[in-house]
Amino acid sequence: MTQTTAATTYDCRKAFAEELLALAREDERIVVVCNDSVGSSNLVGFRQEFPDRLINVGIAEQDLVGVGAGLANGGMIPFVSAAAPFLTGRALEQIKADVAYSRAKVVLCGQSPGMAYGELGPTHHSIEDLSWLRAVADLPIVVPADPAQTRAAVRWAAYHDAPSYLRIPRFPVPEVSTPDTPFELGRSVQLADGDDVTVIAAGTLVSRALDAAEQLARDGIGVRVINMAFIEPLDTAAVLAAAQQTRGIVTAEEATITGGLGAAVATLLATTRPRPMRILGVPRSFAPTGSAAFLLEHFNLTAQGIADAARELAADGAR
Amino acid sequence: MLTADLDRARGYLSERERLRAAPVPDAVATLQALSSSVRRTDLEMVYRAKLGHIGGDFSVIDILATLYGVVLSVDPLHPDAPDRDRCILSKGHTAGALYTTLAHCGFFPMAELESFAQPLSPLNGHPNRTKVPGVETNTGPLGHGFPVAVGCALAAKLMGSPSRTFVVLGDGELQEGSNWEAAMTAGHYGLSSLTAVVDRNGLQQGARTEDTKQLEPLADKWVSFGWEVREVDGHDHAQLLDAFRADRGDRPVCVIAHTTKGKGVSFMEDRVEWHHKVPSSDQIEAAREELTR
Repeated sequence: MTQTTAATTYDCRKAFAEELLALAREDERIVVVCNDSVGSSNLVGFRQEFPDRLINVGIAEQDLVGVGAGLANGGMIPFVSAAAPFLTGRALEQIKADVAYSRAKVVLCGQSPGMAYGELGPTHHSIEDLSWLRAVADLPIVVPADPAQTRAAVRWAAYHDAPSYLRIPRFPVPEVSTPDTPFELGRSVQLADGDDVTVIAAGTLVSRALDAAEQLARDGIGVRVINMAFIEPLDTAAVLAAAQQTRGIVTAEEATITGGLGAAVATLLATTRPRPMRILGVPRSFAPTGSAAFLLEHFNLTAQGIADAARELAADGAR
Repeated sequence: MLTADLDRARGYLSERERLRAAPVPDAVATLQALSSSVRRTDLEMVYRAKLGHIGGDFSVIDILATLYGVVLSVDPLHPDAPDRDRCILSKGHTAGALYTTLAHCGFFPMAELESFAQPLSPLNGHPNRTKVPGVETNTGPLGHGFPVAVGCALAAKLMGSPSRTFVVLGDGELQEGSNWEAAMTAGHYGLSSLTAVVDRNGLQQGARTEDTKQLEPLADKWVSFGWEVREVDGHDHAQLLDAFRADRGDRPVCVIAHTTKGKGVSFMEDRVEWHHKVPSSDQIEAAREELTR
């Protein structure tokens, strides 16, 4: 079991920016488009080294995404980087029509997602992005869990033959994977095994799921932990195996439960192999004032919250 | 994905080269004939499908005929050639005008037009680049084509490509704020390879543009966003050819093409209801007659 409780934690924007810069040195087609978000996307270094290849369209998200689609049409590999709430909310129709429906190979990079902006309030939270984008066809949705997976996602997205959405964690997370952990379209990574309950988590919640598993192991409850970086396409084989081999499934995400990871897993299981579930996330409400850490606690998105849900399933679930 | 009509495509390419070298009056005569044929084809297509946006189609056809007939360096035999010019029809509801123009140039067989708007046809009511060669981005919701065109022009600049980019905008469409975001970006980056063409017919779906939300002084708006403005009669192929010329300074160019919605059929001209009305059996005869005069 990975020891995560006291581990060093990281803001994944650094890994994002470093990997993007490394890619840009290798491939002159790599460009960045941002909306006055050079600092918040951690792209100051990129701008210093490749000033011509960092296009700042100013505070204009519809233009941001459309320009990205045009750059892709022109043969570039654009990374369109902006705060996730504005990228996905303001420019949703551009994401649908110009990127996904037009199959323009744009890498959409949602920065500071979930409730990372904490006290700035629900206008700046991006808990809806997974629900909105799951409704758009032909758009992989990637939620890396740590710096290593962020690097892998950046490199994968640059050369995947279709557009994608990367949700780059800002809330500090420990390393849960290693640089040689495979990263493939629609493939999850199992981080811990157990026979009783499965926890399927994404992004910031993955390390908390591991902590929960550790806590439950002490009580003799075996927990399988799956890092589900691809919300779309979902790793259906891993979900179905978990449904068959364990008593119940907990999902955990820093997003509204209306249509994200939990909804994807529930839809799959309800129509194939119904299984007791607990869906952890933000209920359909606007968050109160508080820091990101406070809000995660407030909505029970903690190791304890995950452990409590798993314990219920271990007690109730029938194999 | 549809594929080229090889004979027609080769004919188109050689004719375009001939027209580029020909005296302007010769080129204009040929473009007039092309526009006329495109209008007649479009009329039949809309009548057959009982669906379309014929008013806006007829307003933009002379613009598209001039672009495809002479100006654009595009190749139906190699529609994805990296250095091709890009032409984006942002007013995607006039897909009928684009489809009939592309078919005339051999991007796909003319016979395919019979499938327009039929179940499973690649010719949707709005253009789809994954199905129709020559379409650069999927448009339909207004205010989308322009930012994409800015991206195309930026890519050409970064790559040192000779590619030019044209985006054709409806005038009512300019009420969408995304266009002004794009205009500001193009002005800021000095994208001189970019031309925005405004199909200024003065009407939008429900009423006159000026009665809906005022666009004037339109030229001043573009100038203030850092653009060079050229105003022309959008049905005069000679004026359009001159406006689309490549020689320019360090600014993008906006061609405000003054047009008439429904141009070519007297009872459709400048009539708001012909935005998406379909001719009756009596009207189709009258329209055919006017378009063959």
